[in-house]
Amino acid sequence: MVAKLKGQYGSGIREASTYLGQNYMVVEPSIIVELLQILRDREQFDYCVDVTALHYPQREKQFDVIWILYSFPRNERIRVKTMIADGETVPSSVTVWPAANWLEREVYDMFGIRFDGHPNLKRILLPDGWKGHPLRKDYGIIQQDQEWVQINLGIESGQ
Amino acid sequence: MPDRTTTDPTTYLSHLELGEPDKTFLDSNELIINMGPQHPATHGVLRVILKLDGEKVLGTECVIGYLHRGVEKIAEHRTYAMFNPYVDRMDYVAAVSNGLGYCEAVEKLLNVEAPPRARYIRVILTELNRLASHMLWLGTHALDIGAITPLFYTFRDREEILKIFEKYCGARLTTHAFRIGGCLYETYEGFEGEVKKFLDFVTPKIDEYEELLTTNRIWVERTRGVGVISEKDCIALGVTGPVLRASGVKWDLRKAQPYAAYAEFDFEIPIGQNGDTYDRYLVRMQEMRQSLRIIGQAVERIPEGPIMAKVPKVIKPPVGEIYHSIEAPKGELGYFIVSDGSTQPYRVRVRPPSFVNLQALDIMVRGQLVADVIAVIGTLDIVLGEVDR
Repeated sequence: MVAKLKGQYGSGIREASTYLGQNYMVVEPSIIVELLQILRDREQFDYCVDVTALHYPQREKQFDVIWILYSFPRNERIRVKTMIADGETVPSSVTVWPAANWLEREVYDMFGIRFDGHPNLKRILLPDGWKGHPLRKDYGIIQQDQEWVQINLGIESGQ
Repeated sequence: MPDRTTTDPTTYLSHLELGEPDKTFLDSNELIINMGPQHPATHGVLRVILKLDGEKVLGTECVIGYLHRGVEKIAEHRTYAMFNPYVDRMDYVAAVSNGLGYCEAVEKLLNVEAPPRARYIRVILTELNRLASHMLWLGTHALDIGAITPLFYTFRDREEILKIFEKYCGARLTTHAFRIGGCLYETYEGFEGEVKKFLDFVTPKIDEYEELLTTNRIWVERTRGVGVISEKDCIALGVTGPVLRASGVKWDLRKAQPYAAYAEFDFEIPIGQNGDTYDRYLVRMQEMRQSLRIIGQAVERIPEGPIMAKVPKVIKPPVGEIYHSIEAPKGELGYFIVSDGSTQPYRVRVRPPSFVNLQALDIMVRGQLVADVIAVIGTLDIVLGEVDR
């Protein structure tokens, strides 16, 4: 499968490997949606398990965005990863799997990564007016949006 | 409030009797109403905004996050062992399952395996917890629809399971039953006998629930054909667990990718055909019986031996990442753990079944009646602690 995809995309697929028996691929952000579509239609990865992200503040391309896919017919999982810099956008995969809707919203909420073409990209767990994205590594564990807390909860601090 | 001191009789009449209908209410076709977050039938702090045409639901929007505690952020600031009790607080009615998923994920990352006896204890407790979770679901779901009795019956019987948990690890809900590498506690004196006694006790009770509901005309009318979701929609929306199986997909992670000791037991995956609330009810009832079967076999064959694998005191997995998922009572519960080689996880991502399943609420209730929204929220079996984390 990987050989076939590599033949098609060449250097678009930067790495394809296995760790602890789990397959993963690192690809360029530009081909991500096309690749996910092919994985769904041609390789039968019909179920999008999860969309999530990782933050590496020291890296030039700070964020990893990860899709975890599963195939019912093959009983296999694969992770597709792409790397982007802070402020860059990723194309949304909602057109491929409607399941990605809330999952991408959560990634946006927690990391501030914007998904291009998402139909309703707004915060999901935190309140709409909140400032900051808590799962970034530079966001402290007891940090909060003081201003929001004072205005909306009427208290000095939530701590 | 009308001014009661005036003599004008029209001030005592409501708008509707004045012959001039209120434009904002009667003449409009669409009505937006708010349900929750403080509403007993939303099973926690779920807020749903409903767009209605009379009684018919045109669309919904869920507002979640009221119970967000930042579990994933906390994980990055705790050691692997310290984070273990936190996962119990996500799906707090099935805490044992959460713990199992987390411990197994870290074990995979460390490349250790729990000894056979520990794996059997894990299976017994996890299946007991699945029963407890399904019982709680049945009681509250039936209560939402208007049947009060099942709530008392299921809570009475769930108590027996909680007693076993309490005797085993001292806690009833947030059990923290397992440790990375196996179990901390050996089973108590007479554990097997007590579990067997419980099985004999609960089997007729499940028949009793079914007698109350399965052919009950009100129950059938309120659930059959309500909240239908097709197999295709389930897969596209990533819905898992009993909801997926009731739509006719024979898929259970315990069979598809066996973990713990599940490969060693005989059990069936019950499925439905119509994907409606009634089928989901039947599937969960069957699942409870299958859980009893698994527990029976596990208690019978539980091996002797150690309950803890060789795990270093300070857990420091090598650099790498792992995704491990288990079949929790609600569906696929996954943990994606990234290690940077230190004592604290670099990132723990929880793939919560309730969160993903809740996304299907909108297409399940569209075109149905308002009262069916309650039935569908119940049948999705969500726990807000897990939706919001």
